[in-house]
Amino acid sequence: MLRKRIVPAIDVLNDKAVKYVQFRNPTIIGDPAELGKKYTEDGADELIYLDTTASLKSQELKIEWIRKVAEQVYIPFSVIGGVRTIDDFKRLLRAGADKVGVNSAAVQRPELLREAAEIYGKQCVVLGLDAMPIYNDDEEIIRWEVYTHSGHEKTGMDVIEWAQQATELGAGEIICTSIHKDGMKNGYDVALIKLLSEKVNVPIIASGGAGELAHIEEVFTEGYADAALVASMIHYGDYTISEIKSYLRDKHINVRI
Amino acid sequence: MIGIIDYGAGNLHSVLKAIDRLDYKTKLITKPSDHDDAITKLILPGVGNAKVAMDVLNETGLAIYIKEQVANGTPLLGICLGMQLLLETSEEGNVECLGLIKGTVPEFKEMVKKVPHMGWNQVMDVQNHFLFHQIPQNTDFYFVHSFFANPTDEKDILGITNYGFAFASVIGNEQVMGVQFHPEKSGKYGIQLLENYCK
Repeated sequence: MLRKRIVPAIDVLNDKAVKYVQFRNPTIIGDPAELGKKYTEDGADELIYLDTTASLKSQELKIEWIRKVAEQVYIPFSVIGGVRTIDDFKRLLRAGADKVGVNSAAVQRPELLREAAEIYGKQCVVLGLDAMPIYNDDEEIIRWEVYTHSGHEKTGMDVIEWAQQATELGAGEIICTSIHKDGMKNGYDVALIKLLSEKVNVPIIASGGAGELAHIEEVFTEGYADAALVASMIHYGDYTISEIKSYLRDKHINVRI
Repeated sequence: MIGIIDYGAGNLHSVLKAIDRLDYKTKLITKPSDHDDAITKLILPGVGNAKVAMDVLNETGLAIYIKEQVANGTPLLGICLGMQLLLETSEEGNVECLGLIKGTVPEFKEMVKKVPHMGWNQVMDVQNHFLFHQIPQNTDFYFVHSFFANPTDEKDILGITNYGFAFASVIGNEQVMGVQFHPEKSGKYGIQLLENYCK
């Protein structure tokens, strides 16, 4: 049967892989392709590159580092960040990316998803979904709201409704990041991932909050995620991907070893 | 020399790079006149829509070229959509395909929980085929697809994969072969499979 995927996320600034300390002060940790190759050899099932730089110069650099990744990495990889138009899809896919993620641009113009899926197929259209819970007076979560612009702007849109609309339009996969969990290392937002898995029929990649091995197990067994995104857990050397997978296998989760 | 059919498929360059790295000469075939007598094998890559792909293959004359080459005994490997195009018809756009292998290409739809079938899944080599030389039984390969091959003749099924039900993930009939997964994105065993085909 289909394996549960472990997907390292690599932040890219200009053409360097970076890590952020407390969401700022990026420090260079290497070359995007070299790091991707290392994680691939360690058992990563797929890679996600998050390129948050937006200057015009970086657009040219972007094509260059994506080409290098495509040359050196023999597993699928997605590129997310700054994608606004069909032309952006074309350039990133041509450079060698297997999938392209859109977030804010899809919220502003949902038709972008349909257009991209019609030309390139749903399989390469990934919806980046940033979510924040809304609480009632008893501090219980009543729903989740969609945020854009790296979690800075609230949209008023309901996460589940948007996910359903987006998959009908053409998103073939969803990376769902829980903003309030991101970087906290206290576990994924399992309730949200579970709800999303039940309500949409495309694969869900859970993102934000992984700090311990048990968190990954939980998002698979209780959240029914198809894939788990890992970042700080592996970038800071706390765990290797092969350690994560051995742990999951021992817990009877169907991973590729 | 390996001829790679170029009809604008999304994964063309990753296939090309993978073959280049195996040290085989490659040539892109965008129209029949690109043919080179040094070509010993062909690859038909593919990501995208069956109808769109067949329209391009028909308009460029590549559909006829591929059939002629196969009739002359040249081996052909279809990858992903390229594999689906080997069959007679596809439900994706209800299009007539190359018809090199008997059968159809239905959609997964409600037969499975999630579409596309996306990620790593195991392939069982049911006929001890040379494509699996030095690849362990039940090795994982990377899949991304919403339609699947349904060959008429069981003997044309070379490998099967389970996604709620068992489907043909590798098909073949003599010199015509197809893999539903992406060997160019399936790590070292994917590269091994390409090597097995090319050598």
